Amino acid sequence: MDLATFLVQCLNSLQYGLLLFLVASGLTLIFGIMGVINLAHGSFYMIGAYMAYALAPVVNATLGGGFFTTLLVGLVLAIALGYLLEWAFFSFLYEREHLQQVLMTYGLILVFEELRSLVVGDDVHGVSPPDWLAGSIPLGDLMTYPVYRLFISAVCLALAAAMWYVLGRTRLGMTIRAGATNREMVQSLGIDIKFLYRVVFAAGVAIAVLAGMVAAPVSSVYPGMGNQVLIICFVVVVIGGIGSIRGALLAALLIGVVDTFGKVVFPQAAGVLVYVLMALILLWKPDGLFKVGS
Amino acid sequence: MTPPRSGPRPSTPKIASVAIGALALALWPLVTGSFGVDLVTKTMIYAIVALSLELLVGATGLVCFGQAAFFGLAAYAAVRLSPEGAAASLLWLLPVAMGVGAGYALFMGALSLRTKGVYFIMVTLAFAQMAYYVVHDTPLGGGTDGIYLYVKPVVAIGSMLLLDLDKPLPLYYLVLGCLGATFIFLALLLRSRFGRALAGIHVNEQRMRATGFSTYPYKLAAFTISGAIAGLGGVLFAVKDGFVNPELLSWHFSGAVLIMIILGGLGHLRGAVIGAFAFALLQELFKSEAIFGAFAKHWLLGLGMAIIASVALLPRGLIGIGELLTHRLRRTPRVPV
Repeated sequence: MDLATFLVQCLNSLQYGLLLFLVASGLTLIFGIMGVINLAHGSFYMIGAYMAYALAPVVNATLGGGFFTTLLVGLVLAIALGYLLEWAFFSFLYEREHLQQVLMTYGLILVFEELRSLVVGDDVHGVSPPDWLAGSIPLGDLMTYPVYRLFISAVCLALAAAMWYVLGRTRLGMTIRAGATNREMVQSLGIDIKFLYRVVFAAGVAIAVLAGMVAAPVSSVYPGMGNQVLIICFVVVVIGGIGSIRGALLAALLIGVVDTFGKVVFPQAAGVLVYVLMALILLWKPDGLFKVGS
Repeated sequence: MTPPRSGPRPSTPKIASVAIGALALALWPLVTGSFGVDLVTKTMIYAIVALSLELLVGATGLVCFGQAAFFGLAAYAAVRLSPEGAAASLLWLLPVAMGVGAGYALFMGALSLRTKGVYFIMVTLAFAQMAYYVVHDTPLGGGTDGIYLYVKPVVAIGSMLLLDLDKPLPLYYLVLGCLGATFIFLALLLRSRFGRALAGIHVNEQRMRATGFSTYPYKLAAFTISGAIAGLGGVLFAVKDGFVNPELLSWHFSGAVLIMIILGGLGHLRGAVIGAFAFALLQELFKSEAIFGAFAKHWLLGLGMAIIASVALLPRGLIGIGELLTHRLRRTPRVPV
């Protein structure tokens, strides 16, 4: 492997890892704060990708905006969807056992997949990046690197920073963290915990939808893409330690590197490497890399 | 304090409901055609796998997300170990292939029992995925296309043929027999001292340890037994279809089995069987073009909504329906979930 290939693979693993982090962060947020195992999280990623495909012509025709207007419209819809879902399906799951949550969210996966099939069909679609991000940067003599992939990495980094700031440095973040530790106590201090949960859930959904919309131009849009990302995101969440945003970031980057370089160096064993990594890490640290709380 | 030597005797209505179910299954081929026999054969195999998972999830509180590995590895072992061009005897093939499932369960359990909760779920998934990729990517498993079992095994003593498994009916009754045997075996196991210890671990593992039980060997034993039973299901599946492919080991199957036992109602062996049947029947119902017409193509939508409704309305699973109805009729307050 020469230097240019190595560099390209490094950038690819960084971009893949950051994208994984984006989807997984919503999952770990919802799990860590609300204690809900949400199997339907991958579906939000899928919905985002299909939004990028299906919304763009509609938005262009009505609002006339470009790529960013589509992203914005998608985000607003995602927040509304998350808010509605929490109200209708998740709000009565908090008191239930984890396995009841698994069953309910599994049902939601099936519903989302079939609704997707009814609304936009089962075809595979490509989504083109906006013109001004469609170019490539030359690397060495032969290699180039697409600008759009750099853009994805930048968006993910910006969101990671925003999440760190909101959760760690604001009053809202403080109440959310307090709500994760002791729901009743926060409620008795006069904070509307139900509303807070709804906001967290909507934010988690919006992040996953955004990840799907941003990823659509590089991964293309296909049925079942949500389930594929779901399992790998759970891997990220448990390696990082459930509820830990910092852990999810580290785990996602680790998996990005292992998966990307695994495909280049050991193509026969690429699929299994991630799982071997997870098993080894959990046998070494049974609570993930960054354990949160007690 | 030692747990009681055995659990309570099953109540008469419980025994009666199981006996009625067994009788209905035994008579089913008399009233249905080949489609019905095939469907129920497949469903009973799923019920066996669901029972194996119920031993871990419902009885011991270990949520295993890798049941497909035991199922699939045993199915592959059955096909690989059958001689080409001649029929193997099920009398040795079945125990050996079940041993393969149990062996992998022993390996998986020995390592993954170090972790707890959601971490445990994910480690069992990881080991199952490893088995999936070994079967999928090495010459041992024959790749994505899978392998055919050209000559189905027979049940024979010497040269006397007892069951010809190439015919649907002998296979149906063999599977029914295996389901019955598994059910009775697990019912007795859970009533035994070993089963009471598992129940104790489920309720409060800390306290079990404090009373002097070394809980790890108990959990590992439950894991291995569960692997063997899931392996039984795998062998029967390979014999039924005459074909194995890596999808038998995919996490989708592990997930589906987990869904079956939650749907049926955890903590009851009957719940696992009811869940497997309900899952299969709901699938057939929503796939039926006679009822849903062109919409039957989107049968997963109906299945998904039925599952959501069951969570909303039946917090104890399908087996809780009876209890729910009696409480409503007698207007007694419901026991909180």
